[in-house]
Amino acid sequence: MRGLVLDDVAITLDARPLVGPLSLDVAPGEVVTVMGPSGSGKSTLLAYVGGFLAKAFAARGRVLVDDLDVTGMPPEKRAVGILFQDDLLFPHLTVGGNLAFGLRAGVREASRRRAIVEEALAQAGLAGFADRDPATLSGGQRARVALLRTLLAEPRALLLDEPFGKLDAALRQDVRAFVFARARDRGLPTLMVTHDAEDARAAGGRVVEVG
Amino acid sequence: MNSPARRIARSLATGIGVAALVVASAASAQDVPETRDFPQILEEARGQTVYWNAWGGDPATNDFIAWVGEEVEERYGVSLVHVKLSDTAEAVSRVVAEKAAGRDDGGAVDLIWINGPNFLAMKDQGLLYGPFVEALPNFDLVDVEDKPSNVVDFTVPVDGLAAPWRVAQVAYLYDAERVAADTVPASIAELGEWAAANPGRLTHPTARDFLGATFLKQALVELVADPAALQAPAADATYEETVAPVWDWYEALRPHLWRAGAEFPESGPAQNQLLADGETDIAITFNPAEAAAGAIQGRLPETTRVFFLEDGTIGNTSFVAIPYNAANAEGAMVVADFLMSPQAQARAQDPANLGAFTVLDLSALSAEERAAFDVTDAHPAMPAPEEFVRVLPEPHPSWMTRLVEDWERRISG
Amino acid sequence: MTTRPDVLRAAPALTLALFLVPIGAGLLGTLAPAFGVLPAIGESGFTLDAWRTLAEQPGIDASIRLTLTSGLLSTALALVFACGFAALASSRPGIARLERALAPLLATPHVAVAIGLAFLVASSGLLVRVVSPWLTGWERPPALAIVRDPYGLSYVAGLAIKETAFLVLMVLAAQGQVRAAQALAAARALGYAPLVAWAKVVLPAIYRQIRLPVYAVLAFSLSNVEVALVLAPGTPPPLAVLAMRWFSSWDLSLYPVAAAAATLQLAVVVAGIGAWRVAEAFVKRIHRAWCERGRRTGLAGPVLALGGAGGVVSGVAILAAIGVMALWSIAENWRYPDALPRALSLRTWERALPTMSDLVSTTAAIAAAASLLAVILALACLENEARRDLKPGARALWLLYVPLLVPQIAFLFGAQVALVRLDLDGTLTAVIWAHLLFVLPYVFLSLADPFRALDPRYARIAAGLGASPWRTFFTVKLPMLARPVATAFAVGFSVSVALYLPTLFAGAGRIMTLTTEAVTLSSGADRRVVGVTAFLQAALPLLVYAAALAGPGLIAARRRRVTLREGTP
Repeated sequence: MRGLVLDDVAITLDARPLVGPLSLDVAPGEVVTVMGPSGSGKSTLLAYVGGFLAKAFAARGRVLVDDLDVTGMPPEKRAVGILFQDDLLFPHLTVGGNLAFGLRAGVREASRRRAIVEEALAQAGLAGFADRDPATLSGGQRARVALLRTLLAEPRALLLDEPFGKLDAALRQDVRAFVFARARDRGLPTLMVTHDAEDARAAGGRVVEVG
Repeated sequence: MNSPARRIARSLATGIGVAALVVASAASAQDVPETRDFPQILEEARGQTVYWNAWGGDPATNDFIAWVGEEVEERYGVSLVHVKLSDTAEAVSRVVAEKAAGRDDGGAVDLIWINGPNFLAMKDQGLLYGPFVEALPNFDLVDVEDKPSNVVDFTVPVDGLAAPWRVAQVAYLYDAERVAADTVPASIAELGEWAAANPGRLTHPTARDFLGATFLKQALVELVADPAALQAPAADATYEETVAPVWDWYEALRPHLWRAGAEFPESGPAQNQLLADGETDIAITFNPAEAAAGAIQGRLPETTRVFFLEDGTIGNTSFVAIPYNAANAEGAMVVADFLMSPQAQARAQDPANLGAFTVLDLSALSAEERAAFDVTDAHPAMPAPEEFVRVLPEPHPSWMTRLVEDWERRISG
Repeated sequence: MTTRPDVLRAAPALTLALFLVPIGAGLLGTLAPAFGVLPAIGESGFTLDAWRTLAEQPGIDASIRLTLTSGLLSTALALVFACGFAALASSRPGIARLERALAPLLATPHVAVAIGLAFLVASSGLLVRVVSPWLTGWERPPALAIVRDPYGLSYVAGLAIKETAFLVLMVLAAQGQVRAAQALAAARALGYAPLVAWAKVVLPAIYRQIRLPVYAVLAFSLSNVEVALVLAPGTPPPLAVLAMRWFSSWDLSLYPVAAAAATLQLAVVVAGIGAWRVAEAFVKRIHRAWCERGRRTGLAGPVLALGGAGGVVSGVAILAAIGVMALWSIAENWRYPDALPRALSLRTWERALPTMSDLVSTTAAIAAAASLLAVILALACLENEARRDLKPGARALWLLYVPLLVPQIAFLFGAQVALVRLDLDGTLTAVIWAHLLFVLPYVFLSLADPFRALDPRYARIAAGLGASPWRTFFTVKLPMLARPVATAFAVGFSVSVALYLPTLFAGAGRIMTLTTEAVTLSSGADRRVVGVTAFLQAALPLLVYAAALAGPGLIAARRRRVTLREGTP
């Protein structure tokens, strides 16, 4: 089946069970929310799915993306995009440079790349921002650029690690809508970790409690 | 400093023991006279890079060597690299090590500025190339009659194994502004009296330094009962007795020296700096033109003058020698020949450059060449010809070696 | 899977081998002959002859005494200066602003500072000249033994002044790690005076962090040759200088004696560090009792304030030392008691230029090569650590400090044996390698913190975008770390420029740098030429520092304009 599948995933720290065992199917376009108190290991779960679990943890279980078992793969081969609480735009690149970094290498021609980047910016209401320094953007704008960067890499699944935690209330709604709409449009199976019930409600999908 | 390591390493690498070297040194290696003619040497020298190992503590000498480098490059296509030593022994030990390791050609040292105990050591151990000086055309211009030190170094016959390039004679620098010309000492004894009357105003370089050892040797040649004894190697049986007057004199002098004789400048230039700074008033030099050279080059006050001791002062000649295993012996010979050329000698004698007296017999030169030497007399700090005193021969090197050991013990003990 | 990650995996081992092997081989090569194991001369039996001869050398006991007292005293002084400065800076913003001057002070080579200081304080030096004869009545330089005094006090002062800058930097870095500001605020809220609060709550925390750098300073002070040649007394000199004298003699019988002296030097450093540790334990007990007594003010205040003043004076002294040598380089006729030269000219520079341009290019080439290699190795180790999720251990830190703790003279002689066998002595390769030993620890220490502090999520984002680890390294991490990388390079560069013994030994005298030249000339040659050399020696690392500070900003600005075109990996 298409989508993101977690098959009997369990994570332990010092032989102490932290997460799971957990099995979960996330369908294309669906947003599944993982909730739990701090320290419950919900971000650790995302790290496992993304492929950068710290050595201190032990884990078992498979992760499948569109039927492909990515469990043993390095993160860059998994085609799993991730967004964190901070936008983490590369400070040494322009807005356009950040997006071009994300844009898959298959598009070779420089003018074509530029066009795609500008198109993406325009669709997000950020037309003309390509040559701006990320530091000059507002929080909401930065969050959008971060998502655009992720989407330009054409991931097959999306991980959201408390993605709206640092935005103020008004902005949060706005960005949330933007992110979920894009994920659905693209049919991305999305796994979100949050401790904000409002996020889960807005996502409108299933909620899994851990911890 | 590095050479003993090299020596050991070479021995390790080849399995040739250093002990074997010590034994071998008794039986001097065969001298191999240079048989090629000079044009052929010039031909083979072209394109060579000569590593000239020479004491690097004096900028005026360093500049002169740099000038020589430019000239031989331009004239003969020979590159010259000045390996600046803080002690000539470093170069000697490098060659010793190479011999121990069996590196009989392709050695790292091509040319050494050398005389005294270092020359004797190399000659004795068969570490020198040649005889080669007869093959150098400019050697014909060298004064071997009136300047015997050009062919006999510290009582040791040079035997053509080293080329002379500058003449040295002990003199003393003083600042005429602070010391009246008619009060300067005229003998070793008077020097002691002067120091007692002017405490802290006299010092000498540490005896580990060549010039510092000469300060002691000058006392030796003047105070010793029979100067002729110094022409033979120092013998254990008579050494203590012979040098006793020197140490009597020195121990009386020492408390009156700068820093009460507890600390000494590391070199001649360091001693001269003290004179320039006004910390001391009298300084020994191996170069009677040093006052003029120092004044012209701005190292010494304009009022610096020189005096000699009336019974004569020690004189010697600086040589360049080529190690037996030099990688670039032809280039080294070309440099040695150029050093004896009228152009190089005139430049060296000009106090604006070096102020080193020539080894040449000026009467052997053309009038034009001779004219280039004239400028030296012009400077007021140059001693007049009649002021020069008799040149006393250097004692056998063993005297210097032992005096320095004694001094070291006395100072530290 | 490419093979490149395996190259990276080997980085730590390669790095350690690069500097532990020569040090180990060197120590062995020094130890063996000291105990009569000298296969080269057919002696392989254990003997203490060399030690007996060493013990009989005139002045050897005085030399050991001088070495130990000057090393311990100068390190203690530098530590008090550095702590005083940091304590003052944490309560007075005016002092804190002076921290900016640290980098240039740190970059100035020891020899240049020592030469300048020697002229400043000599009895015919600048300080005496400024007040003579109008105030002192000294028409002639007074008969005071200031420079190279028999007790080594000028030597102690010279070392303390130069090392203070390094320790200040270490203290400030440690303060950042131990949340000193909060602790300080808490103590002051309890009614403690600022400096007393610093001594009671910040000092113990930071001392744990700076212990290794303090030992490195101690080891250097106990075993350096270059500062000793300029400022320490010569009859007898510190032990390292004695060992150098015997090593450079062509009299073969002195070789085992020199090796014994170098071994003794190692023992002296071990003993010095041991004595320091004993003192540490002692001070710790007093400190605890003092803290528990609860007095809100105390002697610590004035002591730290005085130390801080010493720190500021040290900085001023370094600048003055370089300034006065720069002035000498253009001086004509500068005689006692003139406080300024009577005339200025550029003729010394004109005369020295051909020699100096060679020296500058050799010095810069060696420093650039060693620093570049060190930066690459340090980055490789750190990147390997990041990718394999390794935690840096304390043991690794000790290993890193090995070249800074083992006295140079104790392993350089032996290491040279290895170089000769490899036919590498006197080559640039050997000199660069020798420099790498000392450059790498500083480069690594300067790069490790910023590298480890980089938010790992940037790399995860990049991986999520499909970038390989190498692409992430080159296009994300490296550009983001441009400034620390450039700074680390500059730190390495300045360390390399200042190195004396490693250049001398590996270069077999054939490879000359500004530092070897400065030391050769410092024994007394024309002070104006020494001035040119010392000034250039100080200016070269400063230039690189300035470039390191300005460069990354310019490059980043340029990058921003062009990145859009660099879509392909």
